[in-house]
Amino acid sequence: MLSVSNLSVDYGSTRVVDKLNLALADDEILMLVGPTGCGKTTILQALAGLIPISEGEITLGAWSASAQKPVPPEKRNVGMVFQDFALFPHLTVQQNVNFRLKDRALADHWIELLGLGALRHAKPATLSGGQKQRVALARTLAHEPVFILLDEPLSNLDAALKDNLRWEIRNALKAAGVPAIWVTHDQEEALSVGDRVGVLKSGKLEQLDTPETCFSEPSSRFVARFLGEASFIPGHLEQGRVRTAIGDAPGTPVDGATGAVDLLLRPDDVSLIPVADGGGNGEIAWVRYEGGARLFAVTLDDGTEVKVRASHETRAEPGSRVQLAVITTHPLAVFNRE
Amino acid sequence: MTRLPGSYPLALLIALFALVPVGVLFALASDTAQLFDTHNLKVLANTLALMGLTVLGSVLIGVPLALLTAYAYIPWRKFWLIVFAAPLAMPSYIGAFTLYAAFGPGGEINNLTGIPTPAFYGLPGAALVMTLYTYPFVLLTTRASLLSLDASLVNAARTLGMSLGMSLWKVVLPRVVNGIAAGALLAALYTLSDFGTPAIMRLDTFTRVIYVEYNAFGLSQAAMLSLQLLVIVALVLFLESRVKVTRERPGRSLTLWPSRWRSGLMLAASAPVPLLSIALPLGIFGLWLVREGAAGFELSYAWNSTYASFLAAIVAVVLAVPVAHAAISGRAGRLMERVTYFGFGVPGIVMGTALVYVGLQLPFLYQTLGLLVLAYVLRFLPLAVGSVRSSAESLDASLVKAARLLGASPREAFTRVTLPLTLRGMIAGAALVFLEAMRELPATLLLGPTGFETLATYLWRVYEAGYFGRAAVPGLLLVLMSGLGLALMLSGERRSEFEVTKSGPK
Repeated sequence: MLSVSNLSVDYGSTRVVDKLNLALADDEILMLVGPTGCGKTTILQALAGLIPISEGEITLGAWSASAQKPVPPEKRNVGMVFQDFALFPHLTVQQNVNFRLKDRALADHWIELLGLGALRHAKPATLSGGQKQRVALARTLAHEPVFILLDEPLSNLDAALKDNLRWEIRNALKAAGVPAIWVTHDQEEALSVGDRVGVLKSGKLEQLDTPETCFSEPSSRFVARFLGEASFIPGHLEQGRVRTAIGDAPGTPVDGATGAVDLLLRPDDVSLIPVADGGGNGEIAWVRYEGGARLFAVTLDDGTEVKVRASHETRAEPGSRVQLAVITTHPLAVFNRE
Repeated sequence: MTRLPGSYPLALLIALFALVPVGVLFALASDTAQLFDTHNLKVLANTLALMGLTVLGSVLIGVPLALLTAYAYIPWRKFWLIVFAAPLAMPSYIGAFTLYAAFGPGGEINNLTGIPTPAFYGLPGAALVMTLYTYPFVLLTTRASLLSLDASLVNAARTLGMSLGMSLWKVVLPRVVNGIAAGALLAALYTLSDFGTPAIMRLDTFTRVIYVEYNAFGLSQAAMLSLQLLVIVALVLFLESRVKVTRERPGRSLTLWPSRWRSGLMLAASAPVPLLSIALPLGIFGLWLVREGAAGFELSYAWNSTYASFLAAIVAVVLAVPVAHAAISGRAGRLMERVTYFGFGVPGIVMGTALVYVGLQLPFLYQTLGLLVLAYVLRFLPLAVGSVRSSAESLDASLVKAARLLGASPREAFTRVTLPLTLRGMIAGAALVFLEAMRELPATLLLGPTGFETLATYLWRVYEAGYFGRAAVPGLLLVLMSGLGLALMLSGERRSEFEVTKSGPK
């Protein structure tokens, strides 16, 4: 089991990671998300021992590393899957996967499992992006790490490939039964693949919880915004219900919010009906066609902007009037008024 | 429909001009009966042995220092890089002179401390000095290759369980072999053409023997030897043109964080190199300055150096402009530019021999300053061309078009846009030529008019006469010139080679 306590990393005088604490169960996949520069890659490098840490302790089975007592990367038995795959260009697929293995059986196992059998003797330069990523994964898993780090493994791939490969990687990690930390900046990936999600902001963990909890009960407005479209409308919280200009909903207070509050609305929590000029409670600011649905931004009469996702059959042009209503029945997160 | 660029005729003329020395040497060498004798064989063996040992030494010093300066996160990274690269700017004869004077029985160290030290002369001495002043070529080319590698391969190897040392050996070094080779060939080229070091260390290489022949009025024999040397130079240049330094997809390069005592240990281990190549000459010259002051030194030496070098710089830049313009205009122009680079490969002593003969044929040139300036220009023109061309290349063609569309005539566009933007390159080129000419020794020895002493030739006379102490002032002035040369290198075209990458965690 991996446990990290009070991990801090400084670069010069800048603190890049600030007192990170986390523990991972035996075959758990933790997704680390955050905007560019939030320290997610630094955390991976620190866990792998590729950069020195300034504070704290990392413990994994047989070893334990701290700022005073660093453990070199090669002694950690940690596997890493790199954003740019890092395949050795002068070695074939098989030689890459076999890199430091004496027993070839395990390499063969992963080569076959990831469908690379036909490419054994190919050089990395001749492979497609998806194939390279599979080779990188096979190489990492074949070396039997006790723990795996994935550094934005899909960010260099086409959108079409990402969906499939995402699940392939998840299944392979689960089959190997090793814990993993997977860094991404794609919120959809974070929510769909991981067992837990950690949201980072400026080197600090804002929230670490199941994807469902992070999405529906974000610990801060930052987390709410980062994990999907979020609108906040003013309301009043009383006895578990929030009253707003466009209807009532059950509310879950964050940080003990009460009285005058802001209600977090996801685009699916609200209904939208076009009405004749002069009616309704808001006006459309812009529309984005998404194929199966349309995303509307509506400026309410009190000036608040709310984003609503409606069926693609709903048609309304910017400037026309609409009627919005809260339609959700599950509790929504409620924040103190800013 | 294509009109030839206006700079072509001029550039062609200058290119042909650059070929004159070789033509002269062929004419001259045809007089000699001896093509090759046993003494020649010995000279060839000495030259190749010196080249081989120097290349070996510069790789052994340059590659570890490249790894250190490229990857290790040590305090004062840029400072150390400059210190380790500094010998590049020093003429090696300064090092040879001071090393020769400092070591051995009766040497300055022996006199000062009473500790007996081994003397440096012959092949080992020359190889040591050449190594000390050529390893920066390997350092810089290797370092550039190292920095172009993405860190993730090494990190991948390490997370797969390979030790750092093995990762560097197996994953990094195979990918920088070409960078090392490029630097090693530059070191070889420099060694072949160097005159001062083998002459001071009394090693009979081609350059030294050519000078001896010249002094014995064996001009045609000197020409024959010069041609033989040029064949070896051409061979090295050919190899160099075959080395392709491959650039990988850019990425963040590796950074290692050695512990404090480890950084200290690595720096301490590399300290002897700058101590011998920079601190020792400074110390010896300083000692002589204290002991003997400026005895025997005349200000006219410094003035002569400055005057001749200044003329050379001006002429070189004036000639460089059409060549650089031709080089960016088309393929033929590029070829003309390449031809002018020829002079850079011609050792100074060879250039001197050729032009002495030119002087003998054209009496109005004989024993004139013009001939010396001509030698400087032919040798260092490539420096000016490179500088002017790179600043002209960085000039966005759309700027001139924009000026024209705003109503400027071609002349106005040139004077108001092109010229101001390329002026920097011209000044930098002139300064490079100036500093090189200030430190030039062999061609100056052969071509300087009678009684015309420069800093470098005076240093040589002092060495020949054995009044070492008198070298203090010219020596220090030459070191100062070298320092200025280094500063120019750091701010000019090669600035990027001295960037300390900001590759930290993001």
